Amino acid sequence: MKVSLSWLREYVDLPAVTAHEIAEKLTAAGLKLESVISYGHDIKNVVVGEVLSIETLEGFKKPIRHCQVEVGEAAPREIVCGATNFEVGDRVPVALPGAVLPGGFEIASRKTYGRLSDGMICSEAELGVAESSPGILVLPGDTPIGADVVELLGLRDDVIELEITPDIGYALSIRGVAREAAAAFDSAFIDPADVSPPVASGPAYPASIADPSACDRFVLREIRGFDPSASSPLWMRARLTRAGMRPVSLAVDVTNYVMLELGQPLHAFDAARLTGEIVVRRAEPGETLETLDHVVRKLHPDDILITDGSGVISMAGTMGGLHTEISDASTDIVIEAAHFSASGIARMSRRHNLVSEASKRFERGVDRELPLYASWRAAQLLAELGGGTIQPGVTHAEVRVEPVQVAIPSGYPGRVAGTVYDRETVIRRLEQVGCAVESPATESGGTAADGIAAKLAVAGDDMLVVTPPSWRPDLTDPNDLAEEVIRLEGYENLPSILPSAPAGAGLTESQRLRRRVGRSLAAAGYVETLSYPFSGERDFDNLQLPADDARRLAVRLANPLSEDEPLMRTTLLPGLLKTLVRNVGRGFGDVALFETGLVYRPSPDAPAVAPVLGVDRRPSPEELASIESALPAQPLRVGVVLTGEFEPSGWWGKGREADWADAVEAARVVAAEAGVTLDVRADRHEPWHPGRCAALYSGDVLVGHAGELHPRVVEAYGLPPRTCAMELELTRLEQSPVGRPQAPAISGYPVASQDVALIVDAATPVAPVEAALREGAGELLESIRLFDVYAGAQVGEGKKSLAYSLRFRAADRTLTAEETTAARDAAVALATERTGARLRGA
Amino acid sequence: MSNYDPVEVTPLHADEMARMQADAIDAVKAARDLEELKQVRLAHVGDRSPIALANREIGALPPAARAEAGKRIGGARKAVADALAERQAQLEAERDERVLVEETVDVTLPSGRASRGARHPLTTLQERIADAFVAMGYEVAEGPELEGEWFNFDALNISTDHPARSEHDTFFVESVDSGKVLRTQTSPVQIRALLSRELPIYVISPGKVFRTDELDATHTPVFHQIEGLAIDEGLTMAHLKGTLDRFAEVMFGEGITTRFRPNYFPFTEPSAEMDLKCFVCRGASAVPGNPSCRTCKSEGWIEWGGCGMVNPRVLIACGVDPARYSGFAFGMGVERTLMFRHNAEDMRDMVEGDVRFTLPFGMEV
Repeated sequence: MKVSLSWLREYVDLPAVTAHEIAEKLTAAGLKLESVISYGHDIKNVVVGEVLSIETLEGFKKPIRHCQVEVGEAAPREIVCGATNFEVGDRVPVALPGAVLPGGFEIASRKTYGRLSDGMICSEAELGVAESSPGILVLPGDTPIGADVVELLGLRDDVIELEITPDIGYALSIRGVAREAAAAFDSAFIDPADVSPPVASGPAYPASIADPSACDRFVLREIRGFDPSASSPLWMRARLTRAGMRPVSLAVDVTNYVMLELGQPLHAFDAARLTGEIVVRRAEPGETLETLDHVVRKLHPDDILITDGSGVISMAGTMGGLHTEISDASTDIVIEAAHFSASGIARMSRRHNLVSEASKRFERGVDRELPLYASWRAAQLLAELGGGTIQPGVTHAEVRVEPVQVAIPSGYPGRVAGTVYDRETVIRRLEQVGCAVESPATESGGTAADGIAAKLAVAGDDMLVVTPPSWRPDLTDPNDLAEEVIRLEGYENLPSILPSAPAGAGLTESQRLRRRVGRSLAAAGYVETLSYPFSGERDFDNLQLPADDARRLAVRLANPLSEDEPLMRTTLLPGLLKTLVRNVGRGFGDVALFETGLVYRPSPDAPAVAPVLGVDRRPSPEELASIESALPAQPLRVGVVLTGEFEPSGWWGKGREADWADAVEAARVVAAEAGVTLDVRADRHEPWHPGRCAALYSGDVLVGHAGELHPRVVEAYGLPPRTCAMELELTRLEQSPVGRPQAPAISGYPVASQDVALIVDAATPVAPVEAALREGAGELLESIRLFDVYAGAQVGEGKKSLAYSLRFRAADRTLTAEETTAARDAAVALATERTGARLRGA
Repeated sequence: MSNYDPVEVTPLHADEMARMQADAIDAVKAARDLEELKQVRLAHVGDRSPIALANREIGALPPAARAEAGKRIGGARKAVADALAERQAQLEAERDERVLVEETVDVTLPSGRASRGARHPLTTLQERIADAFVAMGYEVAEGPELEGEWFNFDALNISTDHPARSEHDTFFVESVDSGKVLRTQTSPVQIRALLSRELPIYVISPGKVFRTDELDATHTPVFHQIEGLAIDEGLTMAHLKGTLDRFAEVMFGEGITTRFRPNYFPFTEPSAEMDLKCFVCRGASAVPGNPSCRTCKSEGWIEWGGCGMVNPRVLIACGVDPARYSGFAFGMGVERTLMFRHNAEDMRDMVEGDVRFTLPFGMEV
């Protein structure tokens, strides 16, 4: 809301303070300052002159006039001017030498077109009151010569732009802001709606309300004999422009001006285009309307319409129809001022994606008592400026609405604030916002309210019965009233008291795990990223997912930002891979990234709709379950991608390229934080390389995959060759029951080491060999380490040699060579039995 | 005595003995390194050295002369041994000195053999904020990102026609009336906390939220909020102020408190906008004539978040009796906090995942 301070000062007696000081007070009251724009402060030395003579200079490309202008000095000024829309005897604004025009444009005496030009005759644009103007501004004939134009035309003004929150629609008007300013400065408020319309003498144009849920007040007034060629006065156009509205024509400008001043949206119909009674109703099937913006709109059965004998003529409180619009031939005008259902207008505006100044106000609540006054004010302005006559009578259709009353103890605002406001303060503040406050003679306890009102009721001593004003439909609850008192008393005066919360339990195990995982991966060299969780079919194709892959079942958004990514991710990998490509593209060839985040996995047989429940009570467990069951599963995952050197090269030598084993190691790092030792098995799973893909198990539960990516995936995403990745579901990992770590008994006896080299088939996976050695070695085994894998002529075709170092130790004695050898032999025997391993050299 | 030899044994003469001792000590002194010293030791105190040979001759002396000769030899041996030990220590020290000098490296060679990683500052900032509240007794509450509309709007007193609802540029799950949205705020976690936890409740809920904004320097469609909720008997707006003042001090230092301005949120009433006193200029830049401040744009205060007393209608929708319980809620944008706390100027840097942005933040912020 852009508020001209000169306009505001007409209705509130503000002290002589700066625009910023006014804005600061309004901000403290909840009308937040966005910006201050100053107009005309830099203009000086522009006076009213009378054109005494005009000499047209010949021989130039455009008409040039040399004028003598009387400006109230000893002698007239001679001025060269390129405009032609003025005559001898016209009064015009003259910028004298030394004058400054908006933007710091200085006027000096100069020679031009062979003559002296001792000043400049100004247009509206040059004075900063219009965006553009076709010619010179010609002032009324009785304007005093020599008068200061800035004063005369009110060119000097400040406009404060305020952010108006959606609850206080009344502040979308000079009237509302003036009331707030009056309360903020404790100064007098003059209500601009106080225009005393005459007592009605019968109806004007006939109208009725067919749907009382759509409209509870509908007022029409009529003006006849209006001069359609009359233009809006400069002051009105200047105010409209400064409020951010474009002047159009007198009839339209007046409706906008009154809307800005009072907050009541108005609509003007060309009476000649109306047929029969006007009826406010909802749309009928198949109805359409071509609106002012030349769009033909299909109407919805819930749309609120103004109709006449011909059909729909306007979308109520949103936009008028083209057919009944005021044109440059309209002489008879019907002014509509109404009070429509706020939610009805909100829905219609949203349905048609059509937001207007009117709909914005109706949606936020308009004073339902305004239509009679605002329509009168508009009619007066039209008659005064456009020469028409106001027809006697007013059409007034009304649905009776019971005023809202809210009872609160006088101490309630203080109870909410945590301070004390005395009774007089509470009453004074409530009255300042326009409430009527009564204290009932007897504590009647009030009529037994039901439903939500009963649950909201506040008990206590010294009850006040408060009737909020018609312009504050937002004041319905005890807390609404408390806020009014607290904000006017000043939020800055609230005490600051730290409450003592009960001792909490700290972070949950799951929350701690996530932090540990993040730290461990970062410590292992990975950089965390936070990708958008949006995805598309193309990602599934790029990942080479088969047609029936479960990850292709994704949640689809109705209004995605990009048509290419309408889905919610089912895997973290696409986001990670794109981020990796971006980093590589920016010159970082060695990249290791990780992300933890949710994936969204809908269940194919979940209900399509999550019901919207009531809000007047706690929903039942069944009702809550009906929402939960419609939501997709949203497990937490962690993923890594890596390429280039994982250990950097340097003066110390060559580094180490990232490979599939690093990806598996990343999974082990994560699992270790969860207290889980992963079981790794070979797998074929997209998007991994079919020969370099590890399935990761926690016990028998598959928790993720790791390895090198499939070359086709590498190609599809434009990744560096041999890029590796890991993805693991933390939610599944943390479901494995892991006890606290148990302190081991540390043996002080010496260690005994034995190395063994086993020959196995080249295709035999190592994991079961090691598992058999471990199991066969028994409890004397302290650790086992595979220190060499060899395949070559010495071990034979299709074979490989695995060299293990086994360390044995007992808790209670020094092991003998016989014991150690027996344990080693047992280990080898079991490995032989399970995997066909044979001792090398045996 | 049958083996008596009357012949006087030359080597045992005092002069001869002194000469042998002097020869030996000269040789010790002349040894240039440990290897030479080893040879000297062999030559002068070994089994075949002149002194050792002389010692064998003692038996040939008359008994009366033996004691004196033995004494003489002993003296010579000790003198030589001392000289050897001294020279040995000297040469070892020299050798050590030389070897360690030879082993000297350039310790200014660059290190960096292990790649360094980092956590995203939006993650660690959320943790830091959560920790500040956990220290006050709060617990961290969480909820789904893809949420039921009832949780995201209705239960928070944002009915279908509420103007605030259209101001949240919401991502809807297909179809639009599926009743499912990407949560536009972390506030639905408040509802989940009220429905699932025992009173009193003190929780903080960080998380990802979504609005249909295009990515630019100051907007991102996916961002993070952190929100607090306290429901207890007798909680007031003064308690809200006290909590946020304490939080501001924990995050930004002593004396950095908050300011409230009236605002509107459907789920709180009264509601306030919360400003943080500028932690750089401490408000000084707002005074005309003082140096300007980049962090607060010389306003003295930084817009930080929203807060208010939980609207009793929200409590009713969750089955909590507003006559007995009251409470407050507050929330702030994590991206915004990162921007002013760490001078991050462009939101795109936070979402693009460029390692150059994230690395300097390390493990904690």
